[in-house]
Amino acid sequence: MRFTRRKFMQATGAAAAASAFPSFAQAGPMRLGLMTVKTGPLASGGIDMERALVQYLKEAKNTIAGRKVELFVGDSGGVPAQSRTKTQELVERDRIQVMIGPLDTASALATDDYIRQAQLLTLSVAAAEDMTQRKPNPWFTRGTSTSSQCAMPLADYCAKTLKMKRMVVIADDIAYGHEMCAGFHRVFEDAGGKVVQRMFPPLTVPDYGTYLAQLKTNVDGIFLGFAGSNGFRYLRQMNEYGLLKKVTPVGGMTALDEAVLRNMGDEALGIVTSCWYSAEIENAINKRFVANFRVDNGYDPGFYAAATYTEAAVLDQTLQKIGGRIEDKQAFMKAVRSGTFDTCRGPVRFDQYGNVVGNIYIRKVERKDGRLVNRVIHTYPNVSQFWTYKPEEFLKNPVYSRDFPPYKNLES
Amino acid sequence: MRIANLTHGALFMLGAYLGVSVMRYVPNLWLAALAAGLAVAVFGALLERLVLRKLGGNVLGQVLVTLGVSFIIADACLLVWGGDPIPIQTPALLQRPVQIAGFVFPAYRLAVVAIAVVVALVLFLLMEKTRLGAMIRAGVDDPQMAGAVGIPVSRLFTTVFFLGAALAGAGGVIGGPIMSAYPGLDADMLPLALIVVILGGVGSLLGAFAGAFITGFVYTFGVALLPDLAYVILFLPMILVIAFRPRGLFGKFAA
Amino acid sequence: MKLRVFGTLALLAVLPLGVGEYYVNLASQVFIFAVFAASINLLLGYGGLPTLGHAAYLGVAAYLSALLQIKLGLSHWAIAPLALIGTTVMACGFGLIALRATGLGFLMLTLALSQVLWGTAYRWVSMTDGDNGLRGLARPAPFGINLDGAPAFYYFTLLVAVFAIWMMARFVSSPFGATLQGARDQPRRMSALGYHVWLIRWVAFVYSAFWGAVSGLLFVYYHKYIHPVSLSLANSAEGLLAVIAGGSGTLAGPIVGAAIVLLLKNWASAYIERWNMLLGFVFVFIVVFMPEGVVPGVKRLWKRYISRA
Repeated sequence: MRFTRRKFMQATGAAAAASAFPSFAQAGPMRLGLMTVKTGPLASGGIDMERALVQYLKEAKNTIAGRKVELFVGDSGGVPAQSRTKTQELVERDRIQVMIGPLDTASALATDDYIRQAQLLTLSVAAAEDMTQRKPNPWFTRGTSTSSQCAMPLADYCAKTLKMKRMVVIADDIAYGHEMCAGFHRVFEDAGGKVVQRMFPPLTVPDYGTYLAQLKTNVDGIFLGFAGSNGFRYLRQMNEYGLLKKVTPVGGMTALDEAVLRNMGDEALGIVTSCWYSAEIENAINKRFVANFRVDNGYDPGFYAAATYTEAAVLDQTLQKIGGRIEDKQAFMKAVRSGTFDTCRGPVRFDQYGNVVGNIYIRKVERKDGRLVNRVIHTYPNVSQFWTYKPEEFLKNPVYSRDFPPYKNLES
Repeated sequence: MRIANLTHGALFMLGAYLGVSVMRYVPNLWLAALAAGLAVAVFGALLERLVLRKLGGNVLGQVLVTLGVSFIIADACLLVWGGDPIPIQTPALLQRPVQIAGFVFPAYRLAVVAIAVVVALVLFLLMEKTRLGAMIRAGVDDPQMAGAVGIPVSRLFTTVFFLGAALAGAGGVIGGPIMSAYPGLDADMLPLALIVVILGGVGSLLGAFAGAFITGFVYTFGVALLPDLAYVILFLPMILVIAFRPRGLFGKFAA
Repeated sequence: MKLRVFGTLALLAVLPLGVGEYYVNLASQVFIFAVFAASINLLLGYGGLPTLGHAAYLGVAAYLSALLQIKLGLSHWAIAPLALIGTTVMACGFGLIALRATGLGFLMLTLALSQVLWGTAYRWVSMTDGDNGLRGLARPAPFGINLDGAPAFYYFTLLVAVFAIWMMARFVSSPFGATLQGARDQPRRMSALGYHVWLIRWVAFVYSAFWGAVSGLLFVYYHKYIHPVSLSLANSAEGLLAVIAGGSGTLAGPIVGAAIVLLLKNWASAYIERWNMLLGFVFVFIVVFMPEGVVPGVKRLWKRYISRA
């Protein structure tokens, strides 16, 4: 039987309406909130987030560290102000004790001060870098990765293994895209390569024709820092313009996610990407996760599904360490930042800023059993948000952005 | 027809999604475009008959109801087709790049340009050279007189709406290989359509064509030369034209 | 009528005592949106000028307030007037452009102008931090009263909202307001009578933008965060829809419309997954049964019911 959100809402809806008054902490069920996006352009990732979390709870028979779980789901529609409002609703009306999410960076930033004020335990999916760097939020941990955490190892791979020397970077014109390209180009140039062109098309541009027309072809590769569907639209258009044969694309963590991959064709074969997850990771937890997910939903889990499944595992194992006492927030945060956890993405731990340290996988698209998958071809273990740079020096620099580190080798 | 119709973006998107589904059974883009166009046309005609008809000249009501319908369509599409973007396969024949005068163009985009020109011509001929077109124009200019002369104005209006919706729906499928079907497609397309119509002038086909051309050119070149001002450039032609000529380039009346 | 108004105010005054913090916060948001909608109504209902770019004033005022706080560290006593003046000056310029057309042309110009600002907010990263938005903002503390708590902020917002709507009501019922409505209904006759129609409309435009800016300040105080999406077409459209749904050309209309839209978005969405669709159906329903809007429609249906009974 599938646990659906509606079931929970029906059960708790009446209680929620009545509980406009503060309630006392109890050793009864724990209240978990999921802040996601279920309408609008980010909906597909958000829906996956919910599905994977529901699956985890089902597999765990809805019990974490000996306590029953009540799940409350909030939909922000991808609008940061609404995300904040919904988070407030989850905290003030539904009295959640811990939140998984939000999905997008802007929502995380919008809710930052509220998380501090409410001291809300947060296991985030969003990649907003500074929340675990220069303005660390003591209640915020992130089990996925920062924007650049996966891009930096890929740059290393491109320079040292793929022996690329000249590259182009392109990403959506949003903070996430800027941060990814910044990390990529810094490591690539430190390893001796040159980034000779960068492009940041607007997030909602209908057509990449202009950008493709400007693309330099005397390069070894192009790094795609797109999110959502843009990566695969760009690739298809690259193919139509005959550019796939001339310039080798490599992708960031969301460019060729499993969710997008299943709608692609042969033009995706052989493309190398990096991510903290792949449905093809060979460990027992992941095998079970992927098998069950595929049975329930008909497709492989990708970035967003794995995100909540991982966070749920972290939540579970942390709570077990502190005897299920989610009410003890300080103990929870201490336990999270001091343990190692076994998850579907491999073993992870958290650095002192609350960001995850774990494996980053280099994957290649191949056909298996008639469908496209991201096969793992190389693993970088123990990658932190700072790559090989020293944290203190890293943090002295401004946050990664469009203009930092400066692109010194651009050719016009 | 002087109806403030803000559902058009959603009709485009609906057509794209329907095309996706049709192509799962009949993998032919053109047939899918036809089928989707027809389905969306029927929907549009129903909308006109059942809802818009009652509103007469209530422009605000039209705005409200057409936006409301577009919300419903957008959410229904999300419900039925899910949140992931779904591509439409380019027809195999048109998948390769074409060399013209040393420049490379994807064959499919050239085909789309050709289709657009043909459709524009057909519409123009329809409106200007046929009796049907004359009746439609009469019905718009002066519904009472046209009715007095025996022109079935209300049936014609439904027909026009039918046609407009058909074009939107088919357009969604034809645009599919380039844009894919995804949630938010309606919100991306609607401002573009509005800009083009207003710039070109309400009530003029030539205006729509000219508006599309100008907007497309200025935007594409502008984005290449001044990427930071992408949004400004999109709206600039329209702002300039309307500020100095409120009826648009070829419009018959100030909107 | 006065009784109804005072009764409602009395109810609102005691609301925080009876319901939980979440609902108090929700009510604050309704007030903010109501001010926004009411400012749109000045143009739409009383001026006959439909605008799809009002979020620009909300957004610019919010950004100005945020930037003055972050970059210059001024106190709120200085920031609020500066932000309001800045936005209003901008509106003066926008009015010059937008009022070159009426009707659909005006609509598109307001849309275009606000889209330009929206795009700028995204791209001018050095000022606005683009897609990250500006965060870590503080609420004002007038006379030392801390507004961080929900009830305190609620009363603050209630006071400002009541004042704003009262000012707009006075504007509308003043002789100038009469000329505005005259210009809406019969511009040629007004012109013939010697009234400067364009100037009347321009003044109304700027005045309505000012109150839009006020709602922007309330918005940024409440959320303590501002992001370019607040300048988007969707935001302007929501405000416009709220006014049309509630009943343009009435004073209570935008307030009722704002409440409907906001409660559906924020409250119903917790219970109903397809709340977007529900919102769409609500709009269609309103247009079919109450095409003039909820407030006039309810009045009409009520009169009919009474006359039958």
